[in-house]
Amino acid sequence: MPAMRVRQAIATAIADEMRTDPTVIVFGEDIAAAEGPFKTTEGLLEEFGPIRVRDTPISEMAFTGAAVGAATMGLKPVIEIMFMEFLGVALDQLVTEGAKMRYLSNGKLSVPMVVRASVGGGLGFGGQHSQTLENWVAATPGLKVLSPSDAQSAYSLLRAAIQDPDPVMFLEPRVTYAERGEVDTNLKMEIGKARVVKQGKDLTIVALGQMTNIAREAAAASSLDIEVIDLCTIVPWDKKTVLASVKKTGRLVVVEEQPQSGGWGSEIVAAVSAEFFGELKSPPIRITCPNVPVPYNGGLEARFLPNATEVNYQIDQLMATGKAPQPWWIREGF
Amino acid sequence: MSKGLERRKAILSDPVAQFERAVEIREFETQVNALFASGTIRGTTHLCNGQEALAIGLASVLRTDDPVSATYRSHGIALALGLTTESAMAEIMGKATGCCGGLGGSMHLCDLELGLLPTSAIIGGGMPIAAGAALAFQVQGNDRVAVAIFGDGATNIGAFHETLNLAAIWKLPVVFICDNNVYAEYSRINLTTPIEDLHIRAESYAMPHFALDGMDIDVVREGIQSAVDRARSGGGPTFIEAKTYRFAGHSRADQALYRPEGELDSWKSRDPLLLLEERAKKSGKITDAQIADMKVRKAKEIEATVALCQNAPEPSAKTMFENIWSRKVSQ
Repeated sequence: MPAMRVRQAIATAIADEMRTDPTVIVFGEDIAAAEGPFKTTEGLLEEFGPIRVRDTPISEMAFTGAAVGAATMGLKPVIEIMFMEFLGVALDQLVTEGAKMRYLSNGKLSVPMVVRASVGGGLGFGGQHSQTLENWVAATPGLKVLSPSDAQSAYSLLRAAIQDPDPVMFLEPRVTYAERGEVDTNLKMEIGKARVVKQGKDLTIVALGQMTNIAREAAAASSLDIEVIDLCTIVPWDKKTVLASVKKTGRLVVVEEQPQSGGWGSEIVAAVSAEFFGELKSPPIRITCPNVPVPYNGGLEARFLPNATEVNYQIDQLMATGKAPQPWWIREGF
Repeated sequence: MSKGLERRKAILSDPVAQFERAVEIREFETQVNALFASGTIRGTTHLCNGQEALAIGLASVLRTDDPVSATYRSHGIALALGLTTESAMAEIMGKATGCCGGLGGSMHLCDLELGLLPTSAIIGGGMPIAAGAALAFQVQGNDRVAVAIFGDGATNIGAFHETLNLAAIWKLPVVFICDNNVYAEYSRINLTTPIEDLHIRAESYAMPHFALDGMDIDVVREGIQSAVDRARSGGGPTFIEAKTYRFAGHSRADQALYRPEGELDSWKSRDPLLLLEERAKKSGKITDAQIADMKVRKAKEIEATVALCQNAPEPSAKTMFENIWSRKVSQ
């Protein structure tokens, strides 16, 4: 199996789909001639030419809507939103137009499109280029929302997203772009299926995107036998895998790269609590970012993001006391 | 051939049929207004009185495989394209037999067989979608043309400018038609926009543009035909400003008391229905007596449509969970 960087896995997934399916087209800002600011579209213009691989003006609303329109007429557009925050100016086209097309055409129209966006903190991009913002799109019926965590999931999930007949929001953790991993190009991953990336029996961690790596790191350093689930899909999320795991371990910790309020982990905790009320060994908890913007300063940004030390501290507290621990910012009086 | 396609075919060139369709649209809107006023229909509605010639002119020039992205004020466009009055009225009444199964309503009409994309209730929201449809045609290498029709108010929203720019640089086969009916919701266009001739905005996107008299169907047809021909032959997008006038308020809650005195009467002297009637008579194919009969007949037909739709079934609860994803997602 070849080892490739996450950004190469993404470019390879798109190229493989474009080779298989002539209706796949790609556009976005600086994705053609410049091959993408994160090199996630490397080689596409050269191989597939300027009809199928296009640079757009800085007009997210127009090109996101153009993807919707093109999808209704038989193409499968894959578009790139350079930073997730830039989707803010185009949200109408995805949430109010694209996600409603099937419904408002009485089932006659499909919108097979993928909106790729780089997300997350850790690289010093500051308050307007570091958020994950899954919750902008997770509450819109009609959309599917995915986030890979490594090269293999980037490759396999992106191929699944491009093949899917529904609009898919594909959130790429920017900090993982340069990371290498082995990729089996024959491995299929399904939308709506989580991955158990480490088996364990004492406690279940559910994570997403770059937090999967934090959860792995925490599990490796812990004296407990922790099971780590990479959720992969936020909508529709894999209730079956999560519930089966918590049934086995009796404990749930969700690790989220999101401000505490309104995060996807609340859904997981609510569902698990409702299913296993009274049977759990400890209260299900969420380890999140504080309810503040992403700070620029390197030391502060590192504190803002959940890390393995904080995850294990909270897990140890949970095991020792049986009560939900306070997050660091409460412990430190902020 | 479906009833919708037959209805479309009927108005392609016959001036009598075109006049008849205009009468139908006006009667339809009269009934819709009455049904809202009496509380029979819920929500809101946006009437197209005064804009019928543009709707019919557009429908008579396009092919049925040329998609139209229109707005929440599209009862007339939908009927002109061929949507049946039953399908439209049932939708507005929220009935299962409506074009969107009763789940769309007055602002969300759709019939893909006739080229009517789901109408958008977001100002300017349909413009990028029309450009995207045109992008598909360009990539596929066929000769279809996409149309975005929108109001004067849309010329102040970002989607308008972004889409014109995108369509121009990609030379997309799309026609932009601004139905300038003088009012953007409750505001006269001059209060929100520093120019009177909105089509000149296309100049900055190096896009061919012109204004036309939207009350005169022959002028409308000639103008749109030239733009469609350009798009079909690879010449790229065109921007047309059709000067019309909104005879009704913005929505059912709006009495339009803000109009300058005399403005409505002055535009009504050029009511597209009057012009279409004159034109039909000039064709020699219909007499005054036949016109009088036709008007009575149309009014009765729409009344019968209303009665039919009132008795139509309500959508079942199950339908609420359908057509969201390609396959049902249970969560």
